[in-house]
Amino acid sequence: MNQSYTPSEMMTITAARALSNGTSCFVGIGLPSEAANVARLTHAPDITLIYESGTIQTKPDVLPLSIGDGELCESALTTVSVPEMFRYWLQGGHIDVGFLGTAQIDRFANLNTTVIAAEHQADGKHGAYSYAHPKVRLPGGGGAPEISTNAKEVFITVKHSTRTFVKEVDFVTTLGFGRDGKGRENNPNIGKGPSVVITDLCILKPDPETKELVVTSLHPGVTSKQVQDATGWEIKFAEKLDETPVPDEASLKVLRELKARTARQHAGGNAQ
Amino acid sequence: MTTFSSLAEAIRDGVKDGDSVAMEGFTHLIPFAAGHEIIRQEKRDLTLIRMTPDLIYDQLVGAGCVKKLIFSWGGNPGVGSLHRVRDAIENQFPRSLETVEHSHAAMANAYEAGASGLPLAVFRGYVGSELPLVNSQIAKITCPFSGEELAAIPSILPDVGIVHAQRADRKGNVLFEGIVGIQKEVVLSAKHSIVTVEEIVDELEASPNACVLPSWTINTIAVVPGGAKPSYAHGYYPRDNQYYKDWDNIARDREQFTVWLNNSVYKKGEQ
Repeated sequence: MNQSYTPSEMMTITAARALSNGTSCFVGIGLPSEAANVARLTHAPDITLIYESGTIQTKPDVLPLSIGDGELCESALTTVSVPEMFRYWLQGGHIDVGFLGTAQIDRFANLNTTVIAAEHQADGKHGAYSYAHPKVRLPGGGGAPEISTNAKEVFITVKHSTRTFVKEVDFVTTLGFGRDGKGRENNPNIGKGPSVVITDLCILKPDPETKELVVTSLHPGVTSKQVQDATGWEIKFAEKLDETPVPDEASLKVLRELKARTARQHAGGNAQ
Repeated sequence: MTTFSSLAEAIRDGVKDGDSVAMEGFTHLIPFAAGHEIIRQEKRDLTLIRMTPDLIYDQLVGAGCVKKLIFSWGGNPGVGSLHRVRDAIENQFPRSLETVEHSHAAMANAYEAGASGLPLAVFRGYVGSELPLVNSQIAKITCPFSGEELAAIPSILPDVGIVHAQRADRKGNVLFEGIVGIQKEVVLSAKHSIVTVEEIVDELEASPNACVLPSWTINTIAVVPGGAKPSYAHGYYPRDNQYYKDWDNIARDREQFTVWLNNSVYKKGEQ
């Protein structure tokens, strides 16, 4: 298939489309930030982007390298302190969508950004064991644990591979639906959790009953086998499997210009 | 009342071996010059507290100043890992490093509780996270009114709080502008506070709601132009992104790091 866009561009633009105009979105750095800004520059000019450094309603001209770049503050409606951000704005219930990336995600959309275990412990031996026996020490939770529970819902975007999509995460840094899929039951004080996961191959959504992630849409030219091969568990597909719409020319142009501006500004390219 | 001094004096008089030290600045206004002075003065056995222990704590940990790290996100923003911190955790080099790991919301709440004079922070956090399994400082507390189960962690009450700001007036009142992060809470929660500033001015010219710390909340002020580099100071200089990228290679290799330490910190002499 002769495509005029890359799988990464497909992922970013699909993730951008998931965001509605008028939404307040708490944005993670990296892929979520890229998608959220494409949304703002295309179909969602009135989206409110909020970064954990305290910048509210920010309109950066280039993608930030860090969560607290000066560009975010200079283009924001207002900038508040970090305690105010987490207490009033996030915990206070003013965030519609928390938009996160991750290093590992499991079938119940739990996220791990803490530690990759030296050897994966199947069935029950995770968490504290992984933490004590790290192969790779990752940066940690940052804002994600509370973004995931205090935002009304959560979008996740991440590249699809068996390293990332594991049956059970080595460590639950951030709650999806818990190790048994029931982690949000009987808790009226937290948000509804992940509602969509967008990868470079497909779109996944949690099953309304079991909360296990199900592929609901394949990107054009991607096969079910490709998705299965890139997933560390036996992945389920929706009965009615959609094909994700191709990126439109206008969105592609906006994304490419945004990335070019960012590369120029950061002299040497964005290090994502 | 605040006193003005050189950075070297401020660190010599303010930071003791074994102290808990919080050096904050959320990407912005990171007090790098003060961190390098602590390395030069070979302070030891410090407990370092910081939400995002990026390059500044990688350097302090690599230099052997640190026995314990309390943090919530430990990476080189936009670049990758903190290799000196990882070498300490994974290989006990140059010494072992105890870690206490939180989320940002937890630490922000704990600083605010510290500044508020409370013993603990209460917030809706850590729901479903496994961090409480590996951090005994995370507890549950039941709201006596609603019955809701909430998270509780101890307040952050550092022995020393160190931050950088844009400017002070001649009396020692300090203005922070831009991303103010957790700067105010660190100074107000610490037993002893040190603020480095870009410059001293006759008038702060602060707007009525600006983030200003009165002189009597700060123990020592040192004038250190460029004291936040390679991070940035809003209105003064931008972030040196190339430094952050170059750091990845320097910090990956113990020998390269030692060369960096000698040339960029020890040989530079007192500030």
